[in-house]
This record gives sequence, structure tokens and C-alpha cells, in this order.
Amino acid sequence: MSPEFWIAQSFNGISYGALLFLLASGLSLIFGVMRIVNLAHGSYFMLGGYVGLTVALRTRSFTMACLAAAVAIALVGIGMERLFLRRLRGEVLGQVLMTIGFALIFQDLALLIWGGDPYTVPIPKMLTGTARVGGAVFPIYRIFIVVVALLVGVALWLVLDRTRMGAMIRAAVDDAEMAQGVGIDVPRVSLVVFALGAALAALGGVIGGGFLGVYPGADFEVLPYAFVVVIVGGLGSLPGAVAGSLLVGLLDNFGKALFPELSYFTLFAPMALILALRPTGLFGRS
Amino acid sequence: MIGRRALLAVVVVVVLAAAGPFLPAYPLTLLTQALIVGILAMSLDVILGYTGLSSLGHAAYFGVGAYAVAIMATERQAGLIPCLVMGVLLAAGTAAVFGLLAIRATGTYFLMITLALGMVIWGLAFRWVSLTKGDNGIAGVPRPVLGPLDLSGPVPFYYFCLASAALAWVLMGLLVVSPFGLGLRGIRGSESRMRALGYNVWLHKYAAFVISGVFAGFGGTLWAYYNGFVSPNDVQLVTSVETLLMVALGGPGTLIGPAIGAGIIVFMKNFVSVYTKRWLLILGATYIGVILFAPSGIVGALRGRRR
Repeated sequence: MSPEFWIAQSFNGISYGALLFLLASGLSLIFGVMRIVNLAHGSYFMLGGYVGLTVALRTRSFTMACLAAAVAIALVGIGMERLFLRRLRGEVLGQVLMTIGFALIFQDLALLIWGGDPYTVPIPKMLTGTARVGGAVFPIYRIFIVVVALLVGVALWLVLDRTRMGAMIRAAVDDAEMAQGVGIDVPRVSLVVFALGAALAALGGVIGGGFLGVYPGADFEVLPYAFVVVIVGGLGSLPGAVAGSLLVGLLDNFGKALFPELSYFTLFAPMALILALRPTGLFGRS
Repeated sequence: MIGRRALLAVVVVVVLAAAGPFLPAYPLTLLTQALIVGILAMSLDVILGYTGLSSLGHAAYFGVGAYAVAIMATERQAGLIPCLVMGVLLAAGTAAVFGLLAIRATGTYFLMITLALGMVIWGLAFRWVSLTKGDNGIAGVPRPVLGPLDLSGPVPFYYFCLASAALAWVLMGLLVVSPFGLGLRGIRGSESRMRALGYNVWLHKYAAFVISGVFAGFGGTLWAYYNGFVSPNDVQLVTSVETLLMVALGGPGTLIGPAIGAGIIVFMKNFVSVYTKRWLLILGATYIGVILFAPSGIVGALRGRRR
């Protein structure tokens, strides 16, 4: 196989990983702080894509679409956390059933509002086309995704590492009970993290909607990927989310290109292996 | 207590058996489906309700059993017994391998690992086209014939499934009241306490996991015959989660509860979708409602009141 094949596939994998990072970093933080298995996280991605689509068509502004989707879905997340999930702390089965219930409701509502046809979020002219570096051709939109993920990653790191809120989040990830004990308002931290995670997933939905499209079923399609990223990287770990996203993006791409019949197997089997060796993921702490 | 339960079990089976010939075709079909899915739900209850392990990949074993039957019955024209044996063995093998990976984890991690392992099976069903026909699924699985018994008609097949479900119920019922089953309940209560008492906790959990996979696979083999069609939908995440809902709705740790939960969901699904296209909305609300208003399930609530 030619070097171009490897370069192009690697880049595709990295850019898909970048998209996954947007989705999974929030999921990972939510896991970390609240120990909640949020099966509606894929729904935030899909709903974000749909809201972004509507706003982009109305306002002809991609930026507005991203902002509106992030805010709208953050509000959905806040509502879910406040009214329903908060009372289920520590009840794994209850959380699973509750969030899947929401996922089903969101799926049906999306079908009711936007219908069953697939759409593509219109992207600005300046993000279309390709860039040529040496012999390799890179779609500009995929470069844009990588840049956005980098910016989000750096911003998250700065917030987590340098701000008071970040320190509170880290404390809650390490030991929520102890954090509560030393006077950190863990319920408020949870709410912030949940809103942030939902907003990031929605942002991923709009950006992903520019090249994967938005369609019914996108929610349950991306959800396992986000889970694998979080499992591989480790709960509540930002470096873990970065490593996991890249690994999953590359594995998925090369798996599909090289072993099409086993492509999901090549994604999930290494994950099972990593877990067997390190049950808390690459960067997770028990 | 066990005597009264056994009596109740006999009454339930006799009533279901007696009702067979009098039921119209459609309810009979649904009842057959409920019995099969009931086996799946009961099998999940062994690890969820009795051992305290929430699996998000239980459709995997069900699907392995179903695919084994579908492939053998269509491509090899294999008979009922070889198909059943193969389906159950493959499901057991899958559970034995997955259990090695999953049992080490607890709580949320267990949930996520089983989800991902379930996705491995889904991925194979979806993508391993030369074996599974991918998204199209495998159609045309003929109803079974057992020696001189032709089980292809709706009523004979109903009795076959009723007998199978009753057998599974009895076997799992005996399992959970056995010393082994009591050990499982002890583990659900406190793993460290059981360890301190000298129990091999890992082995108990692993054995329960594999046994649960065996019964799920058994349900899957029946499902292939019932539906005549097996597709990746049978092994997808939503199927696993729906099984969790059946257990939660009926009452975890009651065995008969999850089977009742399965029946309710099967009937709801089929009746509601006749009247409205918004079935998913109603199903979603059911999930939320169960958690908010009936956290110990129907049977759990009834037993709680009696006490």
C-alpha cells in the first residue's frame, strides 16, 4: 500500500478522533464527577446537530449554529441533571434506565420534529475544499475539526488546571464525598460539568453534522464510540480522553479500511484487551 | 415459602397450557414471544437481581444462540437438537470468554465493559457479512421438527416454548435457592463479607455469569425459530437495555418478576404500536416511570406490601 494511503487514513483517523474528543471529553468528566452512566450523551450529539442545522438554515451562520446548539443542549442537560438524575446518585441501574429512557424520548421527538431524512449542516465556504501538502491532499473541513478539538482540549486543560472551578472539579473527580466534606458545593460542580459535557457533545454534533450529516440513529451510532474512548482513557481523565479519542479514531479508520468484515471487532477487541490488563483504563485511577 | 412458590409456578404453567388452544392466533403469537423473551429476562435476573451485576450486553449471548441456529438451520438444514446444542454451547463459550474480561470489574466499569463486549458481537453480526449476511440478517429459518413431533404450527410451537420456559424457570429457580444461589445473594449484599467468610467470590460471579449466558443463549435459539429471521437488531444495545427494563419493571431478584416484565413489554410494544407511531416516546417514559415510581418492580412492590 502506498504511503499516501497511510497518510490519508491516519489523517482521517485523527480527525475522526478529534470529533470523538468533543463528544467523549464531556462524557468522561460527567463520569468522573458524578459516576453517572449517561446513555443520553449520544442524543446530545444528535440533537445538537439538528438544532445546529435549523439555526444554520435560518441565520446562514455556522458560528450561530454552534453557539445555539451548545446553549440549547446545555439547558437540556441541566434540566435532566436537576430534575431527574440527581436523585439517582449511586444507583447504576437506575441511571442506565433513566438515561436510556431519555435517549428514546429524544430520538422520537427528533423524528417528530425533523423527520426521517438525513441532512447535512451547511458549512461556510472557507471551510470547504482541500489543502495540498506534498503529495497528500487534506480536506480543509477535517483540518478545522482537528483545530477546534485542539482549542477545546487546551481550554479544558486550562480550566481544569488553572481555575478555582477546575480545582473543584478535580477534587470531585478524585473523591466526591471528601470534596463535599471540605466545603465544595459538589451538586453545583456536577451541574456545571453536566452542562459543559452536554454543550461539548452538541458542538460535536453540529461540527460532525457538517461531514457525517445529521440523521435518525446517529445518537446510538456514536454512543458506543464515546464509551470506548472513556473506557480506554479512564474515567474523568482529560489526557485519557485525548489518548482514547486518537486511539479509537485511528483503530476505527484502519479497521474499516484494512479489515472491513471485522471493523467493529478491531475497535472493541483491543479495548477489551486494554481493560483486561488495566481495568481502570490507560489514565484512570481506581 | 418454596412450597407456595412451587404451587404458584405449577398453577401459572397449567393456566398458560390450558389457554393455548383457545387463544386467537395473534395473542398466541405474542404469548409465545413473551415466553421466549421471558427466558432472556430471567437469565439476566440471575446476575442482575441475585448477584448485583448490571450487564449492558446481555443481548450478545441471546444473539449468539439465535445466529447459531439461523446459520445451521438455513445453510446446513440441521435439526432441532444439534441447533439447540450448538446455540447454547456457543453462547456459553462467549459468556465464558467475556466473563474472564468482565468479572474483574465492578459497578460502572462492569456495565461499560459488558456494553463494549456486547458491541463486539453486534459488530461481528453487522460486518461479518460472509457469515451473518450483515445488515440484511438471515431469513427463512424454518420452524423445528422434533422426531415425529412437528412443532411448526403456532399451537405446537407455543407448547414447545412454554415447556422450554417452564424448564428454564425451574432450573434457574433451583439455582437461586441452592447454596450456590445463596452465595450469590451474599455477594450482592457485601462482597468483602463473603470473601472474609472464605467464599471464592470471583468463581461464584463467573459461574453465575456463564450460567446466565447459557440461558440467554437458550432463549436466543428459540427466538431464531420463533421469528424465522435473525438480524443485528437482535444483538444491539437497545435490546440489551430493553432486557434490563424488563427485569427492573418486573422486580429484580424475583425471577418470575422479570418474566412478567418481559410479557408486559412485549404486549405493550405490539398493542401500542398499532394505535400510535410514538411507541418510542411511550417506551422512554416507561423507563423513567419505572425508576421514579417502582424502583423495586411490580413483584417487588407486591411482596413488599405483603410483608
